[in-house]
Amino acid sequence: MARIQTIAVVLGVLGVGMNVCCAAGPQDFAAVERGRYLVVAADCGSCHTLPGSDHSFAGDRAIETPFGYLAAPNITPDQQTGIGSWTDEQFDAAVRQGRSRNGARLYPAMPFPYYSRMSRQDVSDIRAYLNTIEPANNAVVVNRLPFPLNLRSAMIVWDALYFTPGEFRPDASKLAEWNRGAYLVQGPAHCGACHTPKTFLGGDKTSEFLRGYTLQGWTAPDITSGQGALRDWSADEIATYLESGHNTYAAAAGLMGEVIELSTSKLTDSDIKAMAAYLKDVSGAPAEGSPAADQDILAAGGAIYQDLCVACHRRDGHGVPNMFPNLAEAATVKTADPTSVVRVLLQGAQTAATDRERTAPAMPAFGWQLNDAQIAAVATYVRDHFGKAPAVSEAQVKNERVAREPIDL
Amino acid sequence: MPRKLPATDVVIIGLGWTGSIMAYELAEAGLAVTAIERGPWRNTATDHPPGYAADELRYRIRHELFLRPEQTTFTFRNKMNQTALPIRSWGAFMPPNGVGGGGVHWNAETWRFLPSDFVARTHLTERYGAGFLPGDMTIQDWGVTYDDLEPHYDRFEYLCGTSGQAGNIKGQILDGGNPFEGPRSRAYPNPPQEQPFGATLFAKAARGVGYKPFPQPSGNMSRAYQNPLGIRLGPCTYCGFCEWFGCGNYSKATPQTTILPALLRKPNFSARDNSEVTRINLDASGKRATGVTFVDTDGNEWEQPAELVILSAYTIFNVQLLLLSGIGKPYDPNANSGVVGRNFTHQTTSDVVSFFDPAKFVFNPFIASGAIGTCIDEFNGDNFDHGPHGFVGGGYIGQVQTNGRPIETAPVPPGTPRWGAQWKKAVKDNYQSALKPGTGVHGSMYSYRDVYLDLDTFYKDRFGRPLVRITMDFHDNEIKQNKFLTDRFAEIFQAMGARQVVKEYRKGPYDITKYQTTHLCGGAIMGTDPSTSALNRYLQNWDVPNLFVSGASAFPQNPGYNPTGTVAALAYWAAAAIRKRYLKNPGQLIDG
Repeated sequence: MARIQTIAVVLGVLGVGMNVCCAAGPQDFAAVERGRYLVVAADCGSCHTLPGSDHSFAGDRAIETPFGYLAAPNITPDQQTGIGSWTDEQFDAAVRQGRSRNGARLYPAMPFPYYSRMSRQDVSDIRAYLNTIEPANNAVVVNRLPFPLNLRSAMIVWDALYFTPGEFRPDASKLAEWNRGAYLVQGPAHCGACHTPKTFLGGDKTSEFLRGYTLQGWTAPDITSGQGALRDWSADEIATYLESGHNTYAAAAGLMGEVIELSTSKLTDSDIKAMAAYLKDVSGAPAEGSPAADQDILAAGGAIYQDLCVACHRRDGHGVPNMFPNLAEAATVKTADPTSVVRVLLQGAQTAATDRERTAPAMPAFGWQLNDAQIAAVATYVRDHFGKAPAVSEAQVKNERVAREPIDL
Repeated sequence: MPRKLPATDVVIIGLGWTGSIMAYELAEAGLAVTAIERGPWRNTATDHPPGYAADELRYRIRHELFLRPEQTTFTFRNKMNQTALPIRSWGAFMPPNGVGGGGVHWNAETWRFLPSDFVARTHLTERYGAGFLPGDMTIQDWGVTYDDLEPHYDRFEYLCGTSGQAGNIKGQILDGGNPFEGPRSRAYPNPPQEQPFGATLFAKAARGVGYKPFPQPSGNMSRAYQNPLGIRLGPCTYCGFCEWFGCGNYSKATPQTTILPALLRKPNFSARDNSEVTRINLDASGKRATGVTFVDTDGNEWEQPAELVILSAYTIFNVQLLLLSGIGKPYDPNANSGVVGRNFTHQTTSDVVSFFDPAKFVFNPFIASGAIGTCIDEFNGDNFDHGPHGFVGGGYIGQVQTNGRPIETAPVPPGTPRWGAQWKKAVKDNYQSALKPGTGVHGSMYSYRDVYLDLDTFYKDRFGRPLVRITMDFHDNEIKQNKFLTDRFAEIFQAMGARQVVKEYRKGPYDITKYQTTHLCGGAIMGTDPSTSALNRYLQNWDVPNLFVSGASAFPQNPGYNPTGTVAALAYWAAAAIRKRYLKNPGQLIDG
C-alpha cells in the first residue's frame, strides 16, 4: 500500500495525467511500438533530428519558412532542455492544438493542423515512445523569426483563419483502406503541409488540396489524380514511389527524398497501399494552359537536351524505369511552378536510397556549364515537349541561382 | 607514434574491385569491415558527369583518374645489369587511384581464362614435352582450377550484368559464342552489345577464313539491368568514352554501379579515403598481422588494428607493401629463391591499322563502347597446336575499336607527312574509313626468371621508403607469339577488303613509355609450393595466415585475356574460403 502511495505522489508531483483510457507507461511495449511507428509516419525526425547527429530528436535543425527561420526543439525526455518534465496533456496540446507548455501558440512549421487529425491515443503512444529515447541535454533557441513575426501572439489570428482542430472522422461510404489512407495523408503524414497551396499567410488553401506548392526551394508538385499531374500513375506506381523513392516515372530527391528515406519507405505495405488508394481518389484540375513557347528557344533547348540529357533520359524523354525519370510523367516537370526543375538543372540532385531501391542515381549539376539563358531554354524545352508545362524565363533561372547561394544560418 | 584507432574485424587495403567484393562478402558475414583507400572518393554524378566525362584531354591525355607520380612511382630497367630510373609520367600502364580503383576507368572487357590456363605448366609439358618451354621460363600451375572458379566467375558476371553470348553451357557448344571457353553454368545475364559496322564486317570475314567469331563479353550494358544486390545500371549509349574515363550514365559495371550502394548501407562497414597504408603490422612472432598503419593527408600516422587483413591494392602496390612490411622472403633472381616479386608479367599487345576505300566504307568509329567488338579465340592459350611454331601462349584477336576520339584517332597511311596540309587531308580522308582496334592482338606474357619486382637501392618515396623497381623485358617466346598472331589478324583485315593493312608488331625491348594495358600481373603469386609462391590457392599468405592478398598480383603468369573477370572470381573464391573455413578456425588453410 505504501508503495502505491509513493507512486501516486510521484505522479502527482510530475503532473502526469491519469487519463485511464490513454496513459501509456514505458511498460507497455505495444504502446511504445505503436508510438514508434507513428513517429516514423509523422516523420518527426525530419525536423527534430539534425541530419547525421548521434542524438535522435535532440532538435536544432533549422526550418526554412516563407517568413524566416525556426529551429525544431529538443523532444527527447531530457528534464531541462527536452520534454521530460511535460505532462501528457501538455504534450497532447502541443501536437494536436499547437500550444506550447506555457500556452503560447506554436508556429505551423510544427504541422499541428495535420496532427490534430490524430487521436488522443495516438499522441499518447507517441509520448510513450519518445520517453524511451536517450535524453539529450541540448537547449535550442527555437524562434529565429524577425520582428514582429517573432511575437507568437500573431498566431492567434492565424489559428482562427486556418486551424480546424478535430480528429479524423472516417467516411462510412468508403472502404476501410481508403479511410486508413485518408487518415495517414491528412493526419500524421501531413502531405498537404508541402503539397497544398498556401495563402499569403501560409495557411492551406483547402479547396486546392494537394495541388502543389513551393517551399524551401523545392516544388512540392501537384499530386492529385483525375486531371491532375498523377493522372497516368496507377495506385501501384504511387505505392512503389512511396516505398522505394523510385518508380517507372519518377525519382525522389530533395525534401521528398528525405521524406521517403526517413518515413514512407519504413511504413507497412498495407499502409502505403492505403495512402496510394486514397491519393488516387483525390482529383485535381488539368494543368493551366501554357502560352506557346518561343520556337527559337525550343530549338536551342532541344539541342542542349540532345547534347547533355539523352544519355540518361533517352531521346523520347522516358528515361529508364526506377533509375532515370520519365520527363513526360514526372509530376515535378508537369507542375506549373518550375522551381525544382531549375534547381535540379543548376545544382543536380541526389535521389533517395532505400532498402528496395539502393542505387540512388544522381542528376549531375549543369549550373557550372550552362548560363541562365541555356538553362531556361532546356527547361522550357523539357517542360513544353514532355511535361506540357509553361516556359521558364531567364529571369526565373537567375533568381533561382541567387536563391541557391549558401545562406549563413 | 601513430595514434591507435579502435580495433576492427577486417581491414581492407584499397577499395577497388576486389576490395569492394571482399568488403561486401565479409560484411555480409557479420564482420566489422574498415576499408582504407589511398585516393579520393568517387561518385558518378559529382566526379564524372556527362557534362565533362567525355573530356579526352583531361582524362586520356592528362590522366585525371590515375595516381599522380608525385605521390609515388616506380623505377624501371629492362635488364638486371642496368640502372633503373624513376618513371615520371605514366606510360606502359596506368596505376589506378581512388575508390573503385581501376574499376572506374576500365573498358569492362569481362573474360574468363581457359581451363588449361590454370594448369599451364602441367598442360604444356604434357602436350609438348618439358624441353619445349624456354629454360628461363618460370610459368606455374595456379593451384586453383577453372572448375573451382566457375561459380565465382558466374557471380561476378551477374553482379556486373555482363553482356555477351555464351559459347559453352555445361559442355554444349553454342553458335555465336566462343567455342573455346570453359563450360559455364548458364548464359550471360544480358545479350551482347550491338556491334558497329567494322566489327560486323570483321565477323563476316573471320567466318569466311574459317574462324568462329563472337562478340566480346562486355561490362557495358546492352540494356537496363538490376543485379542480385538490387543495384541498377542503365543502357550503354555507345559514346566511346570508357577506358581512361568514368561512365557518366551508370552503364559501365564498376564498384560504384554494382556494389558500393549496397555496401554503404551496411552499418558494419566503414571506409576512409585519402589515407595511404604504409605498413602491415606484424606481432613479435612475425607470423600474425595485427593491423595496418596509414597516413592521412595531414601526414598524421594512424594505426588500425584488425583481426584479418585483406591486401587488395593494384598489383605492384600489393608487392610493395609485402616487401616493406617484411612479409615473405623477397625474390632473388640470382639464387632463384624467395617469393615476393617473382613471376612479374605484363602483356604482349599489337595492332593492325587497315585503310579502306572511303567511297565504299564509312565505319563511324565514334560509335563504340569500352568492351565492344568481335573477337576470335582460335589463337589463345593452347587452343591451337604450338608444335610447329616454337612458342607457347597466345591471345584473342579482334576488331575491338573502343573509340573514335579526336586526339587519339587520326590514322593515316605510312608515308603521310606528320604535320601540315597533307597530314590534315589524310586524316580527313581516312577517319571514317580506317580501322584501328586499340589492342587488337591481346597476347599473353609468360613469366621469366629475370622479370621481377624488388626494392630500388637508390630512389625513395616521400616517406623515405625505397621505390619498387621493375625489371622487365620481352623474351623471344613473346616476340614470336606476337608475330604469329599479328599476321593472322592482318589476314582477316585483308579478307575484309582493306586496300592497305599496316602491321605494328610488338618488338623488344619492352618500352615503359608506350601504353599497352594496365594488366600488370604477378609478384605475389598463388601456388601449391611455399618456396615458389607467396600465397596458397585461397590467396592466403603462406607466412601470415591472417593476411589475404587479392588482385592480379596472384597470377603466376598472364594469359591472353583481360584479367578483371579472373581477378574478381579469385576474390569471391577467397572470400568464400574465409567465410566457410577460415572464420571457423582461423589459421593456415593449407599445410605448407
